[in-house]
Amino acid sequence: MPELRFREGETFRLSMLIYDTRYRSMTFQVLALIGFLILVGWLVSNTAQNLKDLGKEPSFGFLLDPAGYDINQRLIDYNSQNVHLRAAFVGLLNTMLIAVMGCALATVLGVLIGVLRLSKNWLVSRIMTVYVEMFRNIPVLLWIVLVMAILIETLPAPRAFRGENPEATMKLFDTVAFTNRGVYVPEPLFSRSLGDVHLFGQSALNFSVSVDLVLIAAVLIAGLYVSGRIRHRADKIQEVTGNRPATWYLRLGVVAVPLLVVLVALGFHLGYPELKGFNFKGGTHMRNSLIALWLALSLYTAAFIAENVRAGIMAISHGQTEAAASLGLRPNRIMGLVVLPQALRVIIPPLISQYLNLTKNSSLAIAVGYMDITGTLMGITLNQTGRELETVLMGMLIYLSISLAISLVMNVYNERIKLVER
Amino acid sequence: MADFSYVRTEIIPEREPPASTVGLVGWLRNNLFQNLFNTVLTIISLVVIVALFLIIVPWIISPTWSAASLAECREILHALGREGHYSGACWGVIRDRWIQLLFGFYPSDIYWRPILAFILLVVALAPVLYSEYVPRKLIWFSAVYPFLMPWLLWGGSLWVPLMIIAGIALGVAAHMMAASRSNNMFGFAVGVLVAVIWWLFLVAPVSEALQNIAAMGIRGVESRDFGGFMLSITIGVVAIAISLPLGIVLALGRQSDLLIVKAICIGFIEFIRGVPLITLLFVASTLLNIFMPPGTNFDIILRVIIMATLFSSAYMAEVIRGGLAALSKGQYEGADSLGLDYWQAQRLIIMPQALKISIPGIVGTFIGLFKDTTLVSIIGLLDPLGLSNAIRADSAWNGIVWELYGFIAVLFFIFCFGMSRYSMYLERKLQTGHR
Repeated sequence: MPELRFREGETFRLSMLIYDTRYRSMTFQVLALIGFLILVGWLVSNTAQNLKDLGKEPSFGFLLDPAGYDINQRLIDYNSQNVHLRAAFVGLLNTMLIAVMGCALATVLGVLIGVLRLSKNWLVSRIMTVYVEMFRNIPVLLWIVLVMAILIETLPAPRAFRGENPEATMKLFDTVAFTNRGVYVPEPLFSRSLGDVHLFGQSALNFSVSVDLVLIAAVLIAGLYVSGRIRHRADKIQEVTGNRPATWYLRLGVVAVPLLVVLVALGFHLGYPELKGFNFKGGTHMRNSLIALWLALSLYTAAFIAENVRAGIMAISHGQTEAAASLGLRPNRIMGLVVLPQALRVIIPPLISQYLNLTKNSSLAIAVGYMDITGTLMGITLNQTGRELETVLMGMLIYLSISLAISLVMNVYNERIKLVER
Repeated sequence: MADFSYVRTEIIPEREPPASTVGLVGWLRNNLFQNLFNTVLTIISLVVIVALFLIIVPWIISPTWSAASLAECREILHALGREGHYSGACWGVIRDRWIQLLFGFYPSDIYWRPILAFILLVVALAPVLYSEYVPRKLIWFSAVYPFLMPWLLWGGSLWVPLMIIAGIALGVAAHMMAASRSNNMFGFAVGVLVAVIWWLFLVAPVSEALQNIAAMGIRGVESRDFGGFMLSITIGVVAIAISLPLGIVLALGRQSDLLIVKAICIGFIEFIRGVPLITLLFVASTLLNIFMPPGTNFDIILRVIIMATLFSSAYMAEVIRGGLAALSKGQYEGADSLGLDYWQAQRLIIMPQALKISIPGIVGTFIGLFKDTTLVSIIGLLDPLGLSNAIRADSAWNGIVWELYGFIAVLFFIFCFGMSRYSMYLERKLQTGHR
């Protein structure tokens, strides 16, 4: 900021606002601000006028009216008598479901493909190149509708499973049924269940959490934590004495034994899908829309993640590998101890932004009828209530807060690895 | 002293390298069968490739070109003794609908107009893309093309594009006059003001009046008749062309010292990048008319183009910001020490380097935008995917999958892959560093 001090005998003239560098940036900023405010004011006044003419003063009251439509794939209880707000909440949970499932599968596939693309095996690396180019250069929406069409057109209808000599049979030892109405997989059941906890009472956002699942998750996390402590202790002993105690059976034990005990105590068993009449009953029903969206988004994003992984590994200079080799490390130890820890630092920021992209792309669910937040709030609710402004604005804000949350995580991570660096 | 020579005195002749390390065998050993693991991988890959070929090749070779419906395809294949889902492709759907997939419902007697527009697009792009192979004068055609293309596609009076060009001329003239009286910056402001007033308020009545005096024009085409690849390319090309300069401005704004300008740019960029494109398209289809003065009702394709442009300009800004950040501070200081002002420094020193660094990202954004044009099918425009839904709903083609989507996918692949290859060419061409 230049100092605003006048030389002796100098007086302020209007033209100095433009020509004097002491004022010029201020002038521009004020002009920009005025222009921006005028633009915003113009848009807002237009909107207000238009909405008044249409008789639709902005109000969010519609959210508490009965929704009147069904959502077939959902994580929490919902029926068509529930309010629009709850429908949107069901949609939001569906968005999160597809995002988590998609990120997990895309990461596994992407890392695998990225590593294989760097393989010294010519054929394998070529195949992976073809995969990456094929998925990167064709729109994700096309993949989504294509997978959906394949599922609907090629899988057998439930009635094909009927009769003495059925045309189709259940796969994986009679536990999973692939039908053109979706996939029926076994569901976890507990014969000595601890029941559910009901949260948020009677409000529109109430939902139940199964105590069994929470307990299992808690035991698993505790086991992993103890296992981590054991490893830490082994590291310490190795640093002092040079000998590393064998810990794998202990570490496996602290994770597996409590988990098994809890599962047995709860009476864990699987509920298999069964053909009853014209359709399958029991088991968890994953609809085709969910499967198609999940597969297409994962396969598509995996191609991008593969490129990030490849770039990250290639970014590690060859000197690192050679130095590690000259220390006498074997190739897989070089990868695990030297290359990957450094490559992860390069890979993770773009990886997180790929997760963000996947979450945003999951809004294309509307093309296959999967009811995510776009399909509920910005789809049917918008059409039924005619509240374009409120619904689209709410939808945008929800996506925006998801995005900002993810970039916050990314910033925190970037800060942390900066500290590690030097 | 006896001569104990333990060293060989004559040089032995060079021998051929072992047969297992050269030629085809050597290549195979080095690239496919280094060790057990790679051998297993190679064999698995070969099996997969052969299996895919055995399915795909007979599927493609299928004498169904003349079939008029899926049932007819199945009959033809049945007569040949081929049954099942993947027994053969039904190419009849492509023969029946390829024109629709390319042009939508554009009037068939004037297909020459979009075709001409896209041929001219190539001509207009040539001076930009392959500057060393084409005459420099052609750049003037590239400058006129943005006005020519909408006129060719939508038709209507020739006076409208002429009057829009006249607006630029008026602006320049006003700028010259005002600048000679007062100073450069004032002149610039006056020029812009005159041009904007002309475009907003005078173009429509003046061109209408001129049309009444001397009618010049071609048949108009409604936006709802646009469709197919023509629509994708139109939206893609226009949004790409506008989003690059807009992205540069936003990136500069985000980098600038002016706090308010910076805040506005950051807010815009982060907002746009934080929401999915589909929500912006919902804004285009339902809200944009509400934001405009009462009574305005502008074209759906134009609204979509506006939102797509805004969307990709935010991404473009981030890509270019990356390029700006990669430049060393010495470049800025060098420009300052030469006495260049801000815009000169940007134009001559900073931007050429920053844009060169960000070519891969810029082209990546272009490709992303072109792929994202398929999203317009969700708000009811008939791009190839929108048409494919209609075709699959047609009773004659109900149940068709691979042929239709394969055709669309191949077209998209050609465009996007071409763009990415071009960016690699451009990177090599502009490579000036020592590598």
